[in-house]
Parts: sequence; structure tokens; C-alpha cells
Amino acid sequence: MGVAGIDVGARTTKAVIMQNGKIVAKRMIITGIDLNESAEQAFNEALKAGGINRSDISTIVATGMGRKSVSFANEEITEVSAAAKGASFLFPTVKTVIEVGAEEARAVRCESTGKVTDFALNEKCAAGAGSFVEAMARALEIKVEEMAQFSLAAEKSVPMNAQCVVFAESEVVSLVHSKIPKTEIARSVHEAMASRITSMTRRVGVEKDVALVGGIAMNPGFVKCLESALDVQIMLPEEPEYIGALGAAISATV
Amino acid sequence: MAQEFWRWEESRWNSPDIDWRKEDVITAGVDVGSVSSQAVIMVDGEIYAYANMRTGSDSPDSARNVMKWALEGTGMTVDDIHYIIGTGYGRVNVPFAHRTITEIACHARGANFMYGPTIKTVLDMGGQDCKAIRVDDKGKVTNFLMNDKCAAGTGRGMEVFAELMGVPIGDVGDISLDIDEEPDPVSSTCVVFAKTEAVGLLRAGWLKNKVLAAYCSAMAHRVYTLLERIGVEKDFGITGGIAKNKGVVKRLEKELGLTALTPKHDTQLAGAIGAALFGKGLVEKSRKAG
Repeated sequence: MGVAGIDVGARTTKAVIMQNGKIVAKRMIITGIDLNESAEQAFNEALKAGGINRSDISTIVATGMGRKSVSFANEEITEVSAAAKGASFLFPTVKTVIEVGAEEARAVRCESTGKVTDFALNEKCAAGAGSFVEAMARALEIKVEEMAQFSLAAEKSVPMNAQCVVFAESEVVSLVHSKIPKTEIARSVHEAMASRITSMTRRVGVEKDVALVGGIAMNPGFVKCLESALDVQIMLPEEPEYIGALGAAISATV
Repeated sequence: MAQEFWRWEESRWNSPDIDWRKEDVITAGVDVGSVSSQAVIMVDGEIYAYANMRTGSDSPDSARNVMKWALEGTGMTVDDIHYIIGTGYGRVNVPFAHRTITEIACHARGANFMYGPTIKTVLDMGGQDCKAIRVDDKGKVTNFLMNDKCAAGTGRGMEVFAELMGVPIGDVGDISLDIDEEPDPVSSTCVVFAKTEAVGLLRAGWLKNKVLAAYCSAMAHRVYTLLERIGVEKDFGITGGIAKNKGVVKRLEKELGLTALTPKHDTQLAGAIGAALFGKGLVEKSRKAG
């Protein structure tokens, strides 16, 4: 028998299927309007990818902002708990998990069992979430995937005043107009974001090892700025978007 | 070209009744804000001419353009003005100004002129910030609080929303009041998240007027919390562009339990009026000193 974890996020929905303590299949899709349908679709595609029958899944656990909409789930767990469980599974030495999603960010302190001891959350302001970097990439007229490469190519950064995404968009446009290289602006965007994530993380205390999960962990430009702001080396999972779904699947195992 | 729903109406005016050549003290205030710029020319303490336009990407150019437009057709040149004061976010970039004064002081002074000496609390709802100002009967600032970190509760936030909803910004207020029942306010503070929330409401079948009502109500509540922190004493008046949005003003009045004073002038001019009045004071002082 197997178990499944489904993470219905603001931007993407992820499904992970585990058998005998191992990941056997996973799938990520864009979250649609109907959250239950998105969960169903991600789950079915994961089953198909692994060649697994639905009847072979004993327990399904949902997490993410849309977790309450998943009608076929047996249980649900919070994103905080899912992040801690998923990260501890991959990195048993982890004490601090930072998760940056599209519209939320959280810092979680946990024990090696994945048990949460403390956490801090930003769900109020887009400037402290992944959509900040996306919006700035749009203002720079480059692809989000290019942000890292631009940022890493910069020798210095420029001061940015605006914190708010709406104001920062105008500021980035005027920086571009005043001929500041896009590389330097990209670096400043990552620095600003890293500084906000750092203040949130300091609220729970930064204890090694530190792991970063969520899609932004695939952006080495941001990771570099965050490592320098936190003054630690950060552990990065290979597929950071799946950590929430993985954590949900793990909680279905026990 | 696609319609730009955020674009508000620019304007200029000059008095047909005043012959500036016969008057004594001519001063001007130039308010270069983050979103809009105004130039007000006053002769002997009366508004003679003004212009109100969008701030461009270059502050000195915006200052020159708005001044040029205010002077248009009056026969007056910048050299005829005895004293010019720059204010607003871009005040250091008014090349022809004799000095600068902060926009908080100017808005307080301008509100005192616009609304009269009974005004004690001024709410300035600007393009990229929002200020709650307590003033004395001379228009002098006694205390203030400001949000310039977050677009929620600012004109720029409203522009973004008007654009999203495809409703001309000047119509947002009236449309938001055209409802049968007041909906709950949009729950997200952040403009970015409020946009996502609004799209969800539209998908759930809400009509535009109801979504706008929910947003205006959220904005009113946002500025209410700022006012509450500084304490509101009557009389109360609003300056800045959002003062023209009845949807926000009416809901704020309801929450405060009091009515805002009715403006006699374009509310976006308050800062520039205040600056021109400070200029008048300085000219008179230096003349007295000989």
C-alpha cells in the first residue's frame, strides 16, 4: 500500500506518492480556479506517472492554502507542519526551515523528528513572498528564471527605497530609465527580499542546519543573498517545490 | 491604444477677475508628488492660477511643465513671481524654487486655507503615501502619522485597482456606492493580494460595483486605523486625490461617525496652496525687514 500528500498552493498544486518510506511518484500542476479539481488532477497524474492504482493508496493528506478544499483527503496538516516534516525527512540535521511560497513565507524551528517548536509567518504582504521577485522580473522585462543569472553577474547593487511591490515596480522602472544595469537591479531585488526573509527568520531564531524550501530555492541568485544576510550556509533540496507535499505524505505514513 | 482606466483628469485654471499686474505679492507653490504635480500661483493670498498634472519620470521636467501650464495665457512669467516654494516628494528637484518646505507642513497650511481655521485633523491621501495630520487654527502641524511603506490606502493602490476592474478611476467612487447591500471589505491589506482576491470575487459571480464597494471599504478602514492612532478631533477634512472618491470618503465618514468638510478647491492642490502661502509670509517678512 502507498500514501499520498497533496499540497494545494496559491500558484501550483503538487502531489507526492510514497511507498515503503520512499517517493515513488510526484507531479506538479498550475492551481486552477477549482481547488478540489486541481488536487484531483495532480493526484491522478502522479498515480499515472508511477503506474499506481488509486485503490493502492491507503491514506491521503492535504496541505497548502487550499487544503480544506480537498474533499477526498483523509486528513489535512498545516503548511508549517508539512514544511518541517518534509525538510526533516531529507535533512535529519535541520533545525530551521525557511519556506518561501508564491504568496506566503514562513520560518519554522523544528526537532529532528520534524516536530515544530516555533514558527513565524508572513501572509500579509507580497513584498515578503515569491511574487515579489516575479513582479520585479516583469518590471525588468526579463524572465523569472533569468533573475538568478542577472543577479549573480552583478558586481554591486543599487539602493532601493520602496518596500511595497506596487511602489517597487515603479522604482525598478525608473532605475531602468536612469540606465542602471539590470544585473544590479536584479541583485538589489534579491537583497531586499533576503533582508525581509531574514528579519522574519530571526523572530524564531536561526539555528543550524538551515534549509530553504519552496520554488525560490531554485534561484541561486536569491540563495546567495539569503546566505549572506543570515550568515549561514543553506541546505537546498533537489526539488524544493515538493517539500510541502512530501511532508503531507510522510504524515500519512505514521 | 487601450483605454487607461487609472488615468485621472489633468486640469488648469486661472482667475478671469484678477489683474496680477496691479497686485502686490505674487507667490507660487510647486508640489512635485510621486504620482501628480501641481503649481499654484497666488496673488495677495488669493488663488490666481493653477495646474495639476501627472508627474513624469523626471522631476525637474515635471516641475517646469506644470509651472509652464499654470502660467499659460496669463502673460506672467516665472520672473514675475516674487517667491516660489517647492514641496512634495520631488521638492528638491524644482530648479526655479527659492526654497523647499516639507509636504506635511504645506498640506496642513493648505488645508487651513481650503477648509478654514476650524480644521483640526487633516487626512492627506496622496499618490504613494497617506498622512494623518493634526493642526492648530493657524494651520501649523502639531502631530502627524504617515504610511509611505505600503500601497494599500494610497492613490497608486486605487489606480492599480481601477485598471484591474476596467473602470475609469474618476467613476470608481460613484459605482462603488451603486449597491443594494454593503459587502464585507476585501480581507487582504496588500494591493497585490487584494487583486487576487478581487479576481476570485468576480469569478464567484460578484458584479464590479460590489467588488469596488468591498475595495473602497477596505481602503477606508485602512486609513481609519491611521487616523485612530493619532486621534481625530473635529473639524476633519481630506486632501489629495482620493478625497475626490466618494466611495472611500463616505465609508470613512461612516466609520469615523463624522462628516468631512466640503472642499472649496481641487483637493489635489492643498500642498501647492500651502507652499504659496508660506511664500507670501516670507515675502512680507523680508519687506518689513526692509
